[in-house]
Amino acid sequence: MTPSPASVVSARKLGLTFATADGPVTALTGVDLEIAKGDFVSFIGPSGCGKTTFLRVIADLERPTEGTITVNGTTPEDARKNRSYGYVFQAAALYPWRTIEDNIALPLEIMGTPKEERKKRIERVLALVNLTGFGRKFPWQLSGGMQQRASIARALAFDADLLLMDEPFGALDEIVRDHLNEQLLKLWAQTDKTICFVTHSIPEAVYLSTKIVVMSPRPGRVTDVITSTLPKERPLGIRETPEFLEIASRVRDGLRAGHSYDE
Amino acid sequence: MSTAPRFRDKILPVATILVAIVVLWYGAAAWLNAPFERDTAARAGTTIALTDLLKNTMAQERPVLPAPHQVFAELWDTTVNKPITSKRSLVYHAWVTLSATLLGFAIGTVLGILLAIGIVHNRAMDRSLMPWVIASQTVPILAVAPMIIVVLNAIGLSGLLPKALISTYLSFFPIVVGMVKGLRSPEQIQLDLMRTYDASAAQVLTKLRWPAAMPYLFTSLKVAIAISLVGAIVGELPTGAVAGLGARLLAGSYYGQTVQIWSALFMAAGLAAVLVLVVGMLHAMVLKRMGARP
Repeated sequence: MTPSPASVVSARKLGLTFATADGPVTALTGVDLEIAKGDFVSFIGPSGCGKTTFLRVIADLERPTEGTITVNGTTPEDARKNRSYGYVFQAAALYPWRTIEDNIALPLEIMGTPKEERKKRIERVLALVNLTGFGRKFPWQLSGGMQQRASIARALAFDADLLLMDEPFGALDEIVRDHLNEQLLKLWAQTDKTICFVTHSIPEAVYLSTKIVVMSPRPGRVTDVITSTLPKERPLGIRETPEFLEIASRVRDGLRAGHSYDE
Repeated sequence: MSTAPRFRDKILPVATILVAIVVLWYGAAAWLNAPFERDTAARAGTTIALTDLLKNTMAQERPVLPAPHQVFAELWDTTVNKPITSKRSLVYHAWVTLSATLLGFAIGTVLGILLAIGIVHNRAMDRSLMPWVIASQTVPILAVAPMIIVVLNAIGLSGLLPKALISTYLSFFPIVVGMVKGLRSPEQIQLDLMRTYDASAAQVLTKLRWPAAMPYLFTSLKVAIAISLVGAIVGELPTGAVAGLGARLLAGSYYGQTVQIWSALFMAAGLAAVLVLVVGMLHAMVLKRMGARP
């Protein structure tokens, strides 16, 4: 079947089985999902539920073994070769021998952006992640939260419409995380990108998303897709409203239903 | 920082060891050279007083073990007092060996880096080449050196290059081993990042693998430059070379000139120390430019 034109990611009966020394391990099975342009989609679930694997399939870092998936209407491989997404990893993965601006320039150098244009873009994305003035620093001179912001700037530098984020704030403390979540929402509103965001925090998922995909492990599968009723404008205080708590409790129920705690 | 801790922590320990070595050396020289003096006295039918004995052991012409001051007097005489173009100047001989060392080191470094890049990028090279690289180092260089010189002479190559190639033979090995490890040192996440940009293998090499390999490269270079010098000296030994520190060692041993042997050895050790120091300084400079934490 053909995906609808507004669909950025479209998966049908997607499955992925890893061949390991202990026999095949099913990381994903029967995943059906549509992600529309402009969506902020969170993938939430316990470890081993395949949320990171699904993100890596979108990015063509893993190949599915069953079903079909299209990204921007093409195969993930073509989407990757068209440089149609920016990927933010769990760790900042900045190259330690490059300054922050040179790290942001890395994808631009590889894609052959002229030097003048590179400079402009670096300034713009540094401003987007509130790191103006830190371009000449080396990664080790920055805090963990700043490093992760720099890695987001790097993913934004080449203006891909799709942003894939794999637990980008997982290693940061709660206060820094709240701050970055707020900034991420602002950035999303400013740039109108489609964002896929992997997390294992319920408040984070509910606060950020227009769509929450609840997943469960063994084998990794989607158990619920919740469309958020929260408005697009979200101050941090929204997390105490009844509406927010109701969505959070639905996510929690979904996680419980899919997960046996007796294991 | 005051000078007192620096003196206590750095200078004092080194100086203590140095004094101990010199004392031991004088003791050993007296002990090893004494039999010759006693024999000489016995042959003349006299006995020798202990003070004379000690004095004489420090000033023999061909001692079993020359005293430190004899070695340094010879070093001084053959470096400062002789014009450096003279065949009796140790600086001249050191330069002959150094030029072969540097040429061999340069060829070995380039060869080692090229092999490492091949091994990292090509599975067939990885499987087939590494065992040969390791096997090459199990062959005793002293046995191979004359053959290399003879074979190269037969095809019209003589002089500097054959000696340099023996240095190359020794020095490419640590470069290959270090660089293979270095080029493979990037983490999976850093490689995945390059894949998301659809970077070519050449881009991954120049922008990720090469800079990541720098610390490994310099560690290998320090080992390689030292054994390059060993290679050049060994290349001079069995081949009847007339110039170079190896030739100086050989001539010294033919004529029982132990003072000359020891001064050539000290020159070689000093040269090795300077070369390793220079590579170390280059290392520090490159790391600084690459933003390493001070």
